[in-house]
Amino acid sequence: MSSVVSTTSTINKPPVDQQTVARQRQRRAMTKLGESVVARVILIATCVLFLVPFYWMFVTALKPDAELSIFPPELWPRAVQWGNFLAAVNTFPFWTYFGNTLVITAGVIIGSIISNLFVAYGFACIRWPGRDLVFYIVLATVFIPLPVALIPLFDMFAYLHWTNTFLPLIVPAFFSSSFYVFMLRQFLLQIPSDLLDAARIDGASELQILWRIIFPLARPALAIVAILSGIAAWNDFTGPLIYLQDDTLRTLSVGLETFRTVNSQDVQVNLLMAASLLVIVPTVILFLFCQRFFVRGAILGSIK
Amino acid sequence: MIAIHPRQLSPLERKNLRKGLFFISPWIIGVLVFTFYPIVYSIVLSFARYSGLQPPTWIGFQNYIRLFGDELMRQSLGNTMAYISLAVPIGIVVAILLALAMNTSVREVAVYRAALYLPSVLPLFAISFIFIVLINPKYGIVNYALSGFGLFGSPAGTDYLADPTSALLVIVAIAQLGAGNAALIFLAGLRSIPDTLYEAARIDGASRVRSFFSITLPLLSPIILFNAITAIGAGLQTFQQAYIITKGGPNNGTLFYMYYLYDTAFAQAQLGYACALSLLLFVIGLVLALVLFTVAKRFVNYELVS
Repeated sequence: MSSVVSTTSTINKPPVDQQTVARQRQRRAMTKLGESVVARVILIATCVLFLVPFYWMFVTALKPDAELSIFPPELWPRAVQWGNFLAAVNTFPFWTYFGNTLVITAGVIIGSIISNLFVAYGFACIRWPGRDLVFYIVLATVFIPLPVALIPLFDMFAYLHWTNTFLPLIVPAFFSSSFYVFMLRQFLLQIPSDLLDAARIDGASELQILWRIIFPLARPALAIVAILSGIAAWNDFTGPLIYLQDDTLRTLSVGLETFRTVNSQDVQVNLLMAASLLVIVPTVILFLFCQRFFVRGAILGSIK
Repeated sequence: MIAIHPRQLSPLERKNLRKGLFFISPWIIGVLVFTFYPIVYSIVLSFARYSGLQPPTWIGFQNYIRLFGDELMRQSLGNTMAYISLAVPIGIVVAILLALAMNTSVREVAVYRAALYLPSVLPLFAISFIFIVLINPKYGIVNYALSGFGLFGSPAGTDYLADPTSALLVIVAIAQLGAGNAALIFLAGLRSIPDTLYEAARIDGASRVRSFFSITLPLLSPIILFNAITAIGAGLQTFQQAYIITKGGPNNGTLFYMYYLYDTAFAQAQLGYACALSLLLFVIGLVLALVLFTVAKRFVNYELVS
């Protein structure tokens, strides 16, 4: 090639010969290599920075009591004590908290899937007058911060004698959440309406369409809703803090914290770390296996 | 606009309206019971004194008068604002840098994406626990590292929780661990910018830096705005870290607004005043969002974003 492809550039370039083209290509390749090296350095450094807390959590969990206050801090315990995990489970009422958290999370997941699917179906698959107007209201409510409703809700639940039960934490999930409705609706809108109309012509009721056609098709999106709502419930701290007063009812999040402050003499940091790790591990495993759901959920939620 | 008076609808439309309303009824009930009613009740309660044990007593504007003279409220608001003005810009910068790094054609990108996104999935309380250990003045590894591994002067670490400013900075640092979420969204945005723009710029002689500021940033501006508003909203509600790590101290240096609200409502049983506090928070959030929107009109560019 003896000439550069013409461009819309207004700069007058002199005709370029093969040697210069080759040199420029090599320089670009070197820049690309340099770029990827710099990018790698940034990425690895940031990863290390981000993951240090969790590495430290793991290391601290394995240290015997005597090694906890060694200074300067050591990167790996001299005497690895796997027994700390067992000790942690025995010191905290771990299984109580675990069971409670499990029940609440399961309830929330079930409620979220059912209610959000129902509502999103109503917004996406049925054409009714005023539908889009009402949906704008849904959008607006996504941005309403929780604190405003916090105290009246507490008062309301207290009036119903629902405080100190799981109910305030599970029941709202059965009434859908504007955010998940928005996300599911985006997904359901992609299903061709001809499919649904054909079913209607064949005499299917809306509920039948929902159960037989939409539900199987929506499984990926429902998985995202299940995962996101489940993790939110598993990690929830403020809700259980406000509504659960009996220690036998507490979840892992609040339970560990209250136990830590009440029994600060007996609870060593390594046991706390071991217990925290046990709380985190399910989420981490879920994340590693279902990464694409998380990623898709984050992106779907941000498209406006 | 579609007429929504039932008498003006065709039978088919009426049938569909019934069906539609049936399916969204959980949402309608939910919004009425869990959002609208509480907001209205919150406004009503803010004009009363209510301990939760006896019926509320009407006291007119007293809560609001007290609100404007409340030193602690002002301090908690100031702390929250200081926190937001640090954490949000830093968070966005970090997220954009991460997205840029993840956008390069490094083969093992998926590994980095997973590692960087992971912390934002984990519960704040666990992160708070580990941070207590990390910055322990006697054996915390962060103190050790920041004092230069014992190279600079005394190796005994400083207690970062003893000083209000550094305690705040600790909480800002914790917030950065959640940057993975925002980075993913920025990454999606970066990927949607057509390469032809960069090529055209390069042909016209633009440097990498120049094309970043002239092409990338303007086209990312809607996403930046979105992340900024979300981050400010979340920042206004910061609670867990303060509750677990610092309990609002030292000297109320990390007394965030939500913590003060929680304390007023549940520790001091002043639900009426707490409602006034929460309404103020709501209004502040709205005002901030509106301000951001108006300011953004000059900078945010919506064309070419798919």
